[in-house]
Amino acid sequence: MKPLAGIVVLEFAQFMAGPTAGLKLADLGARVIKIERPGKGEGGRQIAIKNLFIEDDSLVFHTINRNKESYAADLKNAADLADVKKLIARADVMTHNFRPGVMEKIGLTYQEVRELNPKIVYGVVTGYGTEGPWANKPGQDLLIQSLSGLTWLSGTKNDGPVPFGLATADMACGAHLTQGILAALLKRNKTGESVLVEVSLLESVLDLQFELLTTHLNDGGRLPQRSGVRGGGHPYLSAPYGIYKTSDGYLTLAMGDLMKIGKSIGCDLTLYQDKATWFEKRDEIATKLGEHLGDNSTEYWRARLDKEGIWCSSVYNYQQALQHEAFDALGMIQDLKLPDGKKLTTTRSPIQINKQKLYADKAAPKTGEDTDKINSEFNIAER
Amino acid sequence: MKPLADYLVVDFSQFLSGPSASLRLADLGARVIKVEKPGTGDICRSLYTSDVVMNGESSVFHAINRNKESFAADLKKEEDIALVKTLIAKADVMIHNFRPGVMERLGLHFEEVIKINPAIVYAEISGYGTEGPWRDRPGQDLLLQSLTGLTWLSGNAADGPVPMGLSIVDMLAGANLVQGILACLLGKGITKQGALVQVSMIESAYDFQFEAVTTFYKDGGLLPQRTQVNNAHAYLGAPYGIYQTQDGHLALAMGAIPVLGKLLGCEALEVYTVTTDAFDKRDEIKAILAKHLRNEITQHWLAILEPADIWCADVLTWDRLLVHEGFKSLNMLQEVMMKDGFQYQTTRCPIRIDGERLYSPIGSPALGQDNDAILKELTEK
Repeated sequence: MKPLAGIVVLEFAQFMAGPTAGLKLADLGARVIKIERPGKGEGGRQIAIKNLFIEDDSLVFHTINRNKESYAADLKNAADLADVKKLIARADVMTHNFRPGVMEKIGLTYQEVRELNPKIVYGVVTGYGTEGPWANKPGQDLLIQSLSGLTWLSGTKNDGPVPFGLATADMACGAHLTQGILAALLKRNKTGESVLVEVSLLESVLDLQFELLTTHLNDGGRLPQRSGVRGGGHPYLSAPYGIYKTSDGYLTLAMGDLMKIGKSIGCDLTLYQDKATWFEKRDEIATKLGEHLGDNSTEYWRARLDKEGIWCSSVYNYQQALQHEAFDALGMIQDLKLPDGKKLTTTRSPIQINKQKLYADKAAPKTGEDTDKINSEFNIAER
Repeated sequence: MKPLADYLVVDFSQFLSGPSASLRLADLGARVIKVEKPGTGDICRSLYTSDVVMNGESSVFHAINRNKESFAADLKKEEDIALVKTLIAKADVMIHNFRPGVMERLGLHFEEVIKINPAIVYAEISGYGTEGPWRDRPGQDLLLQSLTGLTWLSGNAADGPVPMGLSIVDMLAGANLVQGILACLLGKGITKQGALVQVSMIESAYDFQFEAVTTFYKDGGLLPQRTQVNNAHAYLGAPYGIYQTQDGHLALAMGAIPVLGKLLGCEALEVYTVTTDAFDKRDEIKAILAKHLRNEITQHWLAILEPADIWCADVLTWDRLLVHEGFKSLNMLQEVMMKDGFQYQTTRCPIRIDGERLYSPIGSPALGQDNDAILKELTEK
């Protein structure tokens, strides 16, 4: 049995942060019902990357919303809203990411919802919290990365800001929402009372930087110093930390003893016996290492470094990584069954419980696909 | 009341992935006891970033391990193992991130621990899972980024692999572990039985890339293509990116290209009237935008774009962020204090419960500082 079996989640949240939390909860065993506008459904159905769609819905939507049901309701229509309220009364959790003021207009604020269901866990995602000058700014991933300082950590010092090339704020925030909801359910089970959980994209990206921000707050306020050499792995770590070009690809070196590394690859690094130079002369050392490693293949170097227990690896793209036997061994992918009989290959939950991998091959629902079933199941009168 | 008040977590993990999970549990209200090797403790205590030393230990250790207790025990000594087992018998959760096989040798693997405490949630983080050819390789963040394709998503097309400049895989593995632990604590409320939660860094790295990996499969195995300039997401069209201005930078997340052309006074953009141009011709569009946006200061562009509901933002460094009203209104920072009186500033938990921000004034523990108190508790009962 999956650990969240029996938990009912109503997902009013759209796009990415909130719905990834819904997906995590669904994979852990909860029943997640998306409450969507009739017809168009949630906004994420139209947000496509590379213009990839499956029938009318974007591939991205399918990726984030598998293993969920859909209930269509127009929250501006009194009859629909009354039905939704009946559902809320029976739910354990609801989530939304409407901008400040929207739930007030609809009449589904936390204060109002707890009247309907005094034991509900009410999860809210915002971009920047509910106060301050940014409260009404669009909570979009790249904007959050840009405002949070995150863009000054990757790339080299000559690059200008370099964003993380994925929806990092959304993903971190979805994880935090999931954590908050689960902790709140534990509290609710103990006290019998509703709990409000709030997260924001900005706070989540600040949390992601907590180690480095703590360093910044206690080192006299120095800004991160990225390497001047392409491949630098971390602005706060010393040589050799980074990625180096070899004759046939790339080689990654994590933190390690430079003297030992020099010996193992036959590169004279004796100038740098003083550990302090590993940070102070990081660029010089990286250049020297880079010139040396360029002379031979990744495998050639890896064999030497592995023998000495030095932390290193190849650098793979998706074609290499996803075809590797180490990837196969994970059983990380699953095929979803689409309504037209075709299959969609995607990943599974990254969490294993009692040695079980959590697979769920249910594809994302069409808007309102489960409305009738849910109406009859929850004794909501048909109209 | 914090949601995890009354829960006891015994944490054997080191570095970032496991300890970041127990930090979250601590901030949510749990009591967390770090079990550390006498003498050296968590290796993170001496893993310095840019040689910043705070009260004799690394800044990252202080960031990750505040709000916890420290119990020094030598797991190779029988008497210490016996003590640790009494501690485990009282715990709700235990966490470790030893490499596969270590806990078996110590006799603290799941099958053994569940005999001591049948209701425990036993949580472990590995680098590459417990099977497969890489199971014994070092589970280190940059190696995981390198092996999972993650380094081909950031930076521009000609940059080669570009790592994300913080320990992103550690952070996400820790976040996944917290979710697994909390879900099992909830499940335990029904079954009264313990559970094993396993998370690996490699599965966490792929989960982070779930959109990109799904797209890769659907797209016939084509590799993600970063843009030549101003890349921010390999799968998104123009204008998505960060652009240099006369005095700084501007992030631009969306906007139909001809509309942007009109708003920005950039005629060259007005010819891109076909919607698919935004993706298909993104390199040339971005080059035009990049050239044009350099002509004025960031504030000039924001003043035009924000009223038109175009998603855009200034690009801040931490010094500008920390004094900004938008940051200050979050009250994201807190001052914590170690037992010896050493104080430092750090961030707080990003989750709010019942309208309350979760603060804790407790700093990181000195190695073994809580041994006496914990021993007393263990012998009293």
